[in-house]
Amino acid sequence: MTAKQTQWISAFGLLAALVLGAGCRQDMHDQPKYKGFRPSDFFADGRSVRPLVPGTVARGHLNDDALLYTGKIGENFSPEFPFPVTRAVLERGQERYNIFCSPCHDRVGTGQGMIVQRGYKQPPSFHQDRLRQQPPGYFFHVIGNGFGVMPDYAAQIPVRDRWAIVAYIRALQLSQHVPAAELPPEDRPKLDQAAVKTKPQAGSSHE
Amino acid sequence: MSQIFHRSANALARATIFGAVFILGVLGYGAMLLNRSGYVTGAHVAIEQPVPFSHKHHANELGIDCRYCHTSVEVSHVAGIPPTKTCMNCHSQIWADSPTLEPVRASFRTDQSIPWIKVHDLPDFVYFDHSIHVAKGIGCASCHGRIDQMNLTWQENSLQMEWCLNCHRHPETFVRPKGEVFNMAYKVSSRTQETLGPRLVAEYDVHKEQLTNCSICHR
Repeated sequence: MTAKQTQWISAFGLLAALVLGAGCRQDMHDQPKYKGFRPSDFFADGRSVRPLVPGTVARGHLNDDALLYTGKIGENFSPEFPFPVTRAVLERGQERYNIFCSPCHDRVGTGQGMIVQRGYKQPPSFHQDRLRQQPPGYFFHVIGNGFGVMPDYAAQIPVRDRWAIVAYIRALQLSQHVPAAELPPEDRPKLDQAAVKTKPQAGSSHE
Repeated sequence: MSQIFHRSANALARATIFGAVFILGVLGYGAMLLNRSGYVTGAHVAIEQPVPFSHKHHANELGIDCRYCHTSVEVSHVAGIPPTKTCMNCHSQIWADSPTLEPVRASFRTDQSIPWIKVHDLPDFVYFDHSIHVAKGIGCASCHGRIDQMNLTWQENSLQMEWCLNCHRHPETFVRPKGEVFNMAYKVSSRTQETLGPRLVAEYDVHKEQLTNCSICHR
């Protein structure tokens, strides 16, 4: 092997090492930019996610519709919903209720949810006169501000979803408190059948 | 000058020519396996966190919906790391004296973030949006695996481009009804998926031919 050949081979080897070595750099993987929730050395609190500067209003967030955002008309809780309650609203409310409320209030609203079973203070059942008579604005207010040991859900549930949940709570209350006379004629026989079915069970629990 | 190699070395030399191909093949295959292994991708390595949070306990045993904490998963590119306030919704009363949860209470008192370790860390040149995947019927478990069975959370899949493309080329293999997106246990037979998948891809208006455009993920 001549000296020249040796030179060529070592030059090639060096080039290959440089090319392969450059391929191992992670600069493009780890770019100096902020993606969601990435920590920051720049801000004192270490967060790249910035809170609003106090006193500023984001575009579209003036929230000047008092009924929609506070659930109140003047000083009183609103007896009305700020938008029509349609089937779609109720279904949205059902979904959101099951996500955010059912852990404590359970899926029927009696206050026996899993978190209560694990030791959280039991909330009142929705199926009592005091809560049946509260206007929708009251429930909206409680979701956004909390009540007693219940924390507020302002950060977790957007306002329209809160109203949808209120509508669904109304539906839950109705589901447990319909006078039999108000049932549609086609549902009456089902009620009678159900009564027959539950009677033997009630008896068997005493045995 | 005597011969250095014995005549039998000829046979060895011939074998080596083919052997080299074989050895290179094995080495190449090994490199391929290594590149896809958890050693390189970080898959299946449970990550220690400041607080040993268990998805299995919260999502499975308590039945809390993913969206109770990951509130922005349907509307944003990020699913959302819950603020400490969300932890305190329950832990102000439950396990309120537990030493394990002291970092959570300290975070709540001092307004300092809990330094959670990111488990699914995509390269920065990848654009990923949770909301569109959720809106088009891709279940949490399709990418994250059975998070509801994990105590400490790990990354279930390689997150390599090959893995992304596997679904972007064949979304009908993975798409599910929108109502089942947050159902971690959702499972259908491959026979059902054969008819259901293409129907959902059409119904959800998934433009399959666009899903492999470079700029879908690199923008």
